[in-house]
Amino acid sequence: MLLASSQFDELRLDRMSRSFGTVNALKDISLTIRKGEFIALLGPSGCGKSTALNCLAGLLATTGGSIYLDDRRLDQLKPEDRGFGMVFQNYALFPHMTVKANVGFGLKMRGMAKAEAARRVDEALALVRLETQGNKLPGQLSGGQQQRVAIARAIVIEPPLVLMDEPLSNLDAKLRLEMRAEIRRIHNQLGATTVYVTHDQDEALSLADRIVVLRDGTIRQMGSPRDLYENPDHLDVAEFMGYRNRLAGTLVDRDGARGTVDVGGVKLSGTVRGDIATGGSAIVVARSDDITVTDSKANALAATVETIEYRGREYVGTARKADSAEVVFHAARPVSVGNPVSLSVDAGRTLIFPA
Amino acid sequence: MADPQPSLRQRLALRGIDGVTLLALPAILFVLAVFIYPFAYGLLLSFEPKEGGALANYQRFFSDPFLYRTIATTLWLAIPVTVISLALAVPIALRVRLMTRQRLLTTILVLPVTLGTVLVAEGLLNYLGPQGWFSRTLMLFGVIEHPLKLTNNYWGVFASLIITGFPFTFLLTLSYVTGIDPALEHAAATHGAGAWQRFRHVFLPLLAPGLAISACLSFVQAFAVFPSAILLGAPAGPTRVISIAAYQAAFEQYDYSMASAIAMIMAAVQMVIVVAILAFRNLFYRGSTAGGKG
Amino acid sequence: MIRDTTIGAKLWITAVWAVVIFFVLNLAAMIVAVILSSFGTRWLGTWLPAGFTDRWYFAAWSEFQLHDVLIVTFQIAFIVVALSGLLGVTAAYALARRDFPGKKLVMLLFLLPLLVPPITFGIPLATVLYQAGVGGTFWGVVIANLVPTVPFVILVMIPFIEQIDPKIEAAARVFGANTFKLFIHVLLPMLVPGILAALLLVLVRTVGMFELTFLTAGPTSQTLVVALYYSVFASGVRAVQSIDAMAVIYMITTLVWLLIALRFVNPTQIVARAKQAPAQQ
Repeated sequence: MLLASSQFDELRLDRMSRSFGTVNALKDISLTIRKGEFIALLGPSGCGKSTALNCLAGLLATTGGSIYLDDRRLDQLKPEDRGFGMVFQNYALFPHMTVKANVGFGLKMRGMAKAEAARRVDEALALVRLETQGNKLPGQLSGGQQQRVAIARAIVIEPPLVLMDEPLSNLDAKLRLEMRAEIRRIHNQLGATTVYVTHDQDEALSLADRIVVLRDGTIRQMGSPRDLYENPDHLDVAEFMGYRNRLAGTLVDRDGARGTVDVGGVKLSGTVRGDIATGGSAIVVARSDDITVTDSKANALAATVETIEYRGREYVGTARKADSAEVVFHAARPVSVGNPVSLSVDAGRTLIFPA
Repeated sequence: MADPQPSLRQRLALRGIDGVTLLALPAILFVLAVFIYPFAYGLLLSFEPKEGGALANYQRFFSDPFLYRTIATTLWLAIPVTVISLALAVPIALRVRLMTRQRLLTTILVLPVTLGTVLVAEGLLNYLGPQGWFSRTLMLFGVIEHPLKLTNNYWGVFASLIITGFPFTFLLTLSYVTGIDPALEHAAATHGAGAWQRFRHVFLPLLAPGLAISACLSFVQAFAVFPSAILLGAPAGPTRVISIAAYQAAFEQYDYSMASAIAMIMAAVQMVIVVAILAFRNLFYRGSTAGGKG
Repeated sequence: MIRDTTIGAKLWITAVWAVVIFFVLNLAAMIVAVILSSFGTRWLGTWLPAGFTDRWYFAAWSEFQLHDVLIVTFQIAFIVVALSGLLGVTAAYALARRDFPGKKLVMLLFLLPLLVPPITFGIPLATVLYQAGVGGTFWGVVIANLVPTVPFVILVMIPFIEQIDPKIEAAARVFGANTFKLFIHVLLPMLVPGILAALLLVLVRTVGMFELTFLTAGPTSQTLVVALYYSVFASGVRAVQSIDAMAVIYMITTLVWLLIALRFVNPTQIVARAKQAPAQQ
């Protein structure tokens, strides 16, 4: 029956909304998740991503719209009747139960026969590589191990959907990378449909098949990691995807998708996103690695170096322009703080948004 | 020349004893003098009866029904009060935990605890009395025809113990309930546990140690019932509790030896019940009620 | 929160609230009945008194010599507050900052007077106090009341002191403060909220402490709650209304301090603070 319940084609959110009083925490979220997909809900804190996850889990009632698993409507069901698995931010392991009992909790609630449940628990523990820790209490495990138990607990019930609420945010940097790979590996092995909430774009980019960027409770943009990284539709998505430099100016020339912006006398060209007429104000965004130190003064941004850091193969610095805008750049050789510098912007990967 | 051996002062400091530690000394001596010494003195005094051998007081207590029945009388009050307080406190605390504005309710409930048993007894004499509002209201709704007799008997004392005991147990239970990470309930629900299963498999085992402490404290308080048993009860009969027997021995018969013996028996009964509850508690998980690293 | 809209769940929630409302209503009615009665002229066999008057307060004031009783009550309460503050805070500081052999035993020593009910240890304590010649005197009552309040202050203050970073004290010492100056200029100002809360609760406890005062007080060292007990005990002698008037005065003297204390602490802490300690051992 459980395996049968995992046989589905798609999970459909139809204009799912949630308001708190007059505040719309989530507004008309429509999204279709195909079986086996790994979806990341990405956004800054307060964007509604955790609200969306809790609405999916049934921990929070929706105030509008509906959720369908194929033809079955889920949004009126209690959390325990939805049959999902969930990994919580602070793991939420039951401190009074052994690792095995924690993992087997969902199976026990479903009334599965003990022998069968024990077999599945062992399998799940093997999958997260905790075979030897089964009889310990969660308090005796390290943070990373607790996280694995939480994952095992969520997947052992073979749910149609696994929900993950910033599962890596409590781990230190090194462990976070390890667990990221681990989650990817488990996903590849089981193909469990997953909705993963995070505010870390690296995590979303490396894990997800599809990223949904949320902002102010609405979907801002949705697409493959590569799509979002290279072609953000909105200024804020671009910023979230690592376009750290914003340079304001006027659009002086437009030719189809290409445009040229005058930024304080320097002409920067790039791909135009959105509606801007020639003569309108525009914002040029560029990644720090697309702004490099140049020797020629022609068509380069003039700025004064404020900080410079060695990052292994190259240097990353910040410089301030005369109009006090800050520019983050890369340099192959060190430049001295306080000295003027000329910076060139790679036109191929620069984006132009309406101001 | 420097002493190669560390001085006594240094060695003591290494074990955590220095000037700061000595600040605890006055309080320790005080409690030893006014709590431990009187208790020990009372214990010894109880073996030096006015007449008879060392155990004469205890023999007299356990052979005189007027005395030994006080234990049953007191238990008959304290155990139901403890069980009822706890049985009401748990579901209510689980519900109140969800309230955003608990303060008003908890403030109201702390009133009877601070007002104390004498005032509650005084108030109940009027309220539960034959002309009091309680019986009047029941008669108004036609539940009863004649006023209930609720004062100067078992029920008056019972009511006063509930009025002071339930809020105490409730506030204590609430502090344990709110200590449980709400994410644990969410985790249980998303993995398929219904409301009863969440209580049975998650809340109850995590609460058990706290509930044991609540049960001990509310039992011990109820067992020591004194002013309300006299004012609201029938101190010569059905509510002649053990503290009345001890008080009468000390301040009416001036038999301090016998009074001490009764006080020791009172302490022993309390200890037996507390030990039993705590032994039961040890069957459960004891530890953090958080769901993981914070 | 997890939403449950089944009929069973709704019935259950309704039942839970019904019990709470029933309890609070009875509690409120009991208190209101005392207050009404204290202002009533004659109240026999009716819902409300026949008329209202304030004369019972004057009657109670003179009959029970409340002037003297109140003075004694507050003298005892404030001395108990001062002494338990002095003994308790210093001991709490030592216990919060130092680990020494036998510390667990010392903690148990401070826990016991709070766990053992006053009537149980009060009888041997009164016996000893009478033999020492302080039984029935003002100071006997003070000493008896200190037995639970000193440990109470200690157990309330330990977690409060522990949460103050010892590095702050280290910093004060580095910049030249000796122990006394450290205490006056650094620790005390930081501890004031905790001390205030603890001492207000001691005040409430002492004003309301019946058993220990009852067992050790003589005619001139009675506090209000003991006087109230005696007047209820001999209730045939005086008018019920004047006893009720005294009860109202007692309520006010307790509740004023309680309300002030509640500005600093949560109601659950009043019962829970000292009681959580055993669970941690």
